[in-house]
Amino acid sequence: MEIVDQIFVIAKAGIVNWAEALFPDWTVVLISILIPIVAFTIFGPVTMMYLTWLERKLLGRIQNRYGPNRVGKFGLLQPIADGIKMFTKEDIVPEGADKIAHLLAPLLIVVPALLIFAVLPFGRNMIAIDLNIGLLFFLALSSTTTVFIFTAAWGSRNKFSLLGGMRSVAQMVSYEIPFVLSVVPVLLMVGSFSTVQIVEAQQNYHWFLFTPWGVVGFLIFFLCGVAEVNRTPFDLPEAESEIVAGFHTEYSGMKFALFYMAEFMNTFTISALVATVYLGGWQGPGFLPSWGWFLIKTYALIIVMMWFRGTFPRLRVDQLMGFAWKFLLPLSLLNIVIASLWYYLAAPMNYVLGTILLLMGIFLLYGINRPEIPKKRKYRYAYAD
Amino acid sequence: MEIILAISKIGIYAIFGITILGAIFAVTLRNIFHAALGLVLALLGVAAVYFSMEAEFLGAIQILLYVGGIMTLIIFVVMLTSRIGDRTVPTSNHQRYPALVGILFLIAFLIRLVRETPWQLKAELSTIDAITIGKEFMGAYVLPFEITSLVLVVALIGAIVIARSDLKK
Repeated sequence: MEIVDQIFVIAKAGIVNWAEALFPDWTVVLISILIPIVAFTIFGPVTMMYLTWLERKLLGRIQNRYGPNRVGKFGLLQPIADGIKMFTKEDIVPEGADKIAHLLAPLLIVVPALLIFAVLPFGRNMIAIDLNIGLLFFLALSSTTTVFIFTAAWGSRNKFSLLGGMRSVAQMVSYEIPFVLSVVPVLLMVGSFSTVQIVEAQQNYHWFLFTPWGVVGFLIFFLCGVAEVNRTPFDLPEAESEIVAGFHTEYSGMKFALFYMAEFMNTFTISALVATVYLGGWQGPGFLPSWGWFLIKTYALIIVMMWFRGTFPRLRVDQLMGFAWKFLLPLSLLNIVIASLWYYLAAPMNYVLGTILLLMGIFLLYGINRPEIPKKRKYRYAYAD
Repeated sequence: MEIILAISKIGIYAIFGITILGAIFAVTLRNIFHAALGLVLALLGVAAVYFSMEAEFLGAIQILLYVGGIMTLIIFVVMLTSRIGDRTVPTSNHQRYPALVGILFLIAFLIRLVRETPWQLKAELSTIDAITIGKEFMGAYVLPFEITSLVLVVALIGAIVIARSDLKK
């Protein structure tokens, strides 16, 4: 089990040892830097390809269809066929488009999505770099996506693109705030931004999910994560029934595929981060290797996101904004206060008090935010009596 | 190991070069949206400088606030400017030469500042981590911190009031 658990670490050490014997010193340093980079540049796009397959299969099942099943067994070669199709498609650039912005946006949007993989703790000792600001690095990089989406929208010179871009900026700026605030309780408990230390603080099934503030923080973090990657029910920037395809209306071929790649890699990294921060990361019973548990938790969250897509209708713009500013933001602020109370109180008391206060807060916010539904009016004919 | 050192030196100078290039783009490009993208490049370059100096917290905050927050606002403002479609709007005006004199004074001042500061050279980089910064904010610098947040809250409420004003008709 130990060997299976550490198989990737051992493999990396093996390659480095082999390089040490053959090459001069400085190449060994370069090789040990390049191994995780190469691993992630392969892992990211391959994950994206098979997430599209998984999504189409699951959505198909939700809609009582089979999904892709022609190319390869269970349609397993479908992503590769799609990839070939994307590469051979004509790359159309609109006449009036801003050529530079139109070209740069899809290339740049993949960069933060790939960089985030560096701070994910895939398993015990399995992390590319244990930055002491890991979580902040993730938050910072995911906030840059807005600029690139906007570049794409503006560069296309298309009103639907621009509308989608503006919606996307408004949405991501709003959801960024509860997104950042919802991890503050965890930072209070752990006292570090490092993703490795966050996982280690949840040893022996003391996952943060099992605390009152953890449940609320998990839900806020996950929902804001879904909103950050523009997935249903928060997919207003690309609402196909209203604004064609939003910010990527004018993109075709591989450029379009790059937007999809960024979106699916962000889906993966956000699910992985939620699993790391609230669900104990790679920790789990010993019969599976640590990276196995990590992937299981991540994929469970991804499947929940796909389930959302198959189930929920899209929110309206005012509902979307109201949900972020009037419900999630006050709730995440309350959650920080409750987490600090929880920290200073003794064991049974803090659970009880935390739960009661949080439930009160949720009901209060729900009550304040309840939309006013006008009473049903009775119509009577003037000549009725 | 000298080669690694040389490579990292080249990398750091490349980051410096890209940062300056971004800054030059930001002030010289005629298309205002491209200028904004140049500013993004310059800000990311500054963040990369912080990262290369092992001040990771500062670098991440730089990206989070400047690229994620302020640049989004700037681009929003760019969107609201008229004549955005014209490619030949000059971003400079006739005060070019007085500005040059001012900048020369500034450069002279900066050079003097750099030369007269008693720099403390240490063998290894020592950086201040996020925990220390947080404790300093809550301890020694709590008053400026609180005043800053008060000013920000006032600005926020002011913005809401200004945005609401046409609703009261």
